[in-house]
Amino acid sequence: MKLIYKAPDTMTEKDTTYCPGCPHGIAHRLISESLEEMNLVKKTVIVWPVGCSVFGYYFIGTDAVEAAHGRACAMATGIKRVHPESFVMTYQGDGDLASIGIAETVHAAARGEKITTIFINNGNYGMTGGQMAPTTLIGQVTTTTPYGRKPEANGFPMHVPEMLATLDGPAYVARAALDSPQHIIQAKKFIQKAFSAQAKRLGFSIVELVSTCPTNWKMTPVESMERARKEVLPVFPIGEFRVIKGVE
Amino acid sequence: MEKGVVISGFGGQGVMLAGELLAETGKEEGKFVTFLPSYGPEMRGGTANCHVIISDEEIASPIIDHPEAAIILNLPSLDKYEPLMKEDGLIIINKSIVPKEVKRTDVKILQVKAQEVARDLGNEKTMNLILLAAYVEIEKPVSIEGLKKALRTFLTGRKETLIEVNEKAINKGIEIAREFLGVK
Amino acid sequence: MGEKILMKGSEAIAEAAIRAGAMAFYGYPITPQNETPEYFSRRMPELGRTYLQAESEVAAINMVYGAACTGTRVITTSSSPGISLMQEGFSYIANSDVPCVVVNAMRGGPGLGDIAPAQADYFQATKGGGHGDYHSIVLAPHTVQEQCDMMYDAFDLADKYRIMVVVLVDGLLGQMMEPVEFKDWADVKSYKTPDWATVGQGERSNRNIITSLEILPEDLEKMNLKLQEKYRTIEEIEVRFEEYKMDDAEYVITAFGTTARIAKTSVNMARKEGIRVGIIRPITLYPFPYAVIEKRVNQVKFFFDVEMNAGQMLEDVRLGVNGKKPVYFYGRLGGMVPTAEEIYTAFKKQIGG
Ligand SMILES: Cc1ncc(C[n+]2csc(CCOP(=O)(O)OP(=O)(O)O)c2C)c(N)n1
Repeated sequence: MKLIYKAPDTMTEKDTTYCPGCPHGIAHRLISESLEEMNLVKKTVIVWPVGCSVFGYYFIGTDAVEAAHGRACAMATGIKRVHPESFVMTYQGDGDLASIGIAETVHAAARGEKITTIFINNGNYGMTGGQMAPTTLIGQVTTTTPYGRKPEANGFPMHVPEMLATLDGPAYVARAALDSPQHIIQAKKFIQKAFSAQAKRLGFSIVELVSTCPTNWKMTPVESMERARKEVLPVFPIGEFRVIKGVE
Repeated sequence: MEKGVVISGFGGQGVMLAGELLAETGKEEGKFVTFLPSYGPEMRGGTANCHVIISDEEIASPIIDHPEAAIILNLPSLDKYEPLMKEDGLIIINKSIVPKEVKRTDVKILQVKAQEVARDLGNEKTMNLILLAAYVEIEKPVSIEGLKKALRTFLTGRKETLIEVNEKAINKGIEIAREFLGVK
Repeated sequence: MGEKILMKGSEAIAEAAIRAGAMAFYGYPITPQNETPEYFSRRMPELGRTYLQAESEVAAINMVYGAACTGTRVITTSSSPGISLMQEGFSYIANSDVPCVVVNAMRGGPGLGDIAPAQADYFQATKGGGHGDYHSIVLAPHTVQEQCDMMYDAFDLADKYRIMVVVLVDGLLGQMMEPVEFKDWADVKSYKTPDWATVGQGERSNRNIITSLEILPEDLEKMNLKLQEKYRTIEEIEVRFEEYKMDDAEYVITAFGTTARIAKTSVNMARKEGIRVGIIRPITLYPFPYAVIEKRVNQVKFFFDVEMNAGQMLEDVRLGVNGKKPVYFYGRLGGMVPTAEEIYTAFKKQIGG
């Protein structure tokens, strides 16, 4: 028999704590495959966030630390500065990164910290039961925007890569999506470019991954992918927003 | 009078609804009431449970360490609560998916193929009410009329159509309880 | 007073705060109290009041600080890790003499810990937590009804003393449902902007400045002494506690919040066996009811303190007992909740039973 698919060795055997149809698993696989293909696994420290992926260290088998909510980029900075040989990556949700942790994120980017951030945009706070996130779309109903997100009351969705791309520190800034096979293949390319930016010590790198949250969106996995495509991607378009020379 | 019951099963079996309904009935009848859903380490491991206490006096701890009555909807719940039951306590079991026999001989056991019975009534989801009504009929923490009245305040709007089948479920529960008690 | 409504603690506390006159809520989601901000997010817009999800607890408490400076009844709710982040704000609020209410639904710690009920933030709440010599009034309800009634007291005390009032609860109280009867709505239309509030000088003859900065030590000392004076007044007149079956007690259990409620069952178990034990339940954790402990010292053989932590209120009980009688302790950690039987067994061991 020919082996046509196997889980990356870096992923552990443990069942994940994610809901059925949640793309966190896809993101974990892309990261694991990329770390393996780029021979980074043994050098890697992943800084995990507070959010649904809080137990990520059970699923991706690298060295790992668990940051306080929002502080991953600061913790990663601390590690990278004293251990420049380590490959240091943060994995963060939109609440963790763009709400409580936006200061740490922006400053790590501005400093050109040689770390990589994988940023999962699922449009709400999954872990705590579906509250508004900075990425929640206008009109979207969440448990803390029961009447739909209104600009007058809750402001506007934040476009993190577009913001960070205005800084001089980042080497690579991109957004990809996890809603279709083509987009997933492209997401992996973007992740590898981000990893290479760190490996070559070019500066800060970040890839936002437009994801879904079937449970809190109260949709089937397929419906949620469709919503991501039809409603989220027009607001959060796929693209590379900053690629400095040397990134490949 | 102070009566406590633990209702335990999978999420989706109507555990919380049954407990809330009982608590609401108690409140409407002017009793002291506590409803405590699973908390802390209880939340793990395949069971969702709630502790409901109905009393004539102010209730101290809302936690039931040793149930005098338990409505058991799935197997993990039986494994968990059988050893904890008070002597002479009452275990009402959803026999449809808990075929196991109770080992303890110092407790009262009522086994009901609740899912089948509920299906015959036209809605399998009413099995929680069948068992709850059986409990109420046997232990009488609240009145059956009160239970039916509370049910109507729960099922409003689009759910109003469910009142009939749920009332049938309550009546069925009473019937089962009376048979168990040997009354006609 | 109205009819009794069966409500979840975490929602009832929001409704009570709203009826007690909370005009603004700022907060950030955290388990096990997400139902509270979610409830505010539904109700506050309905009433034309302010609800805002802040970007963090650091921001939330500073939003509270801002609103408090305008003399508006303002509240935030959170749980232990979020409360840790607010400590800087608490300290500023204390030295600015502005009123606000903070609810902490304590969970297992330290660090991220877990989301189960705990009482391990007693030190943080009662002994400061932030920097500097300050106190907040700390209230600890043990039933859903008491918690609702207390929200009115919390706002009144906050306004009366221009101080932060902390209401310490836990996830067990938040998750459980009990019938509650709400007190009448506070007459918010009658609230006037206090003369110290920073809302623009308007017709006032003087400018108002609210600051916690006083760069000259001799001036800062004066400012501190004024704060201390306020704390002495509070210690004198705002102490609250409950004594449960203490009249003939030979032993006393000390406990607060959920633990006290569970211990009441333990006491009833003991009394069935003829053991005369009662409970002293501090309701204000700051100011702590040292006097009632002192009063009972001669009456009882020992004190038995029970908490969901490693022994925090224990230190205050010991201060009250002042070495005159033994003080024993039983605690569960990390979000474990003791059962009534467990407490009784541990207690009985001390009487040699
Ligand atoms: C200081 C602090 N505040 C709040 C929380 C509660 N909390 C846990 S996860 C989370 C948000 C998670 O949302 P997101 O980052 O979008 O990740 P997701 O769960 O959607 O993957 C919050 C607010 C916390 N743990 N610590």
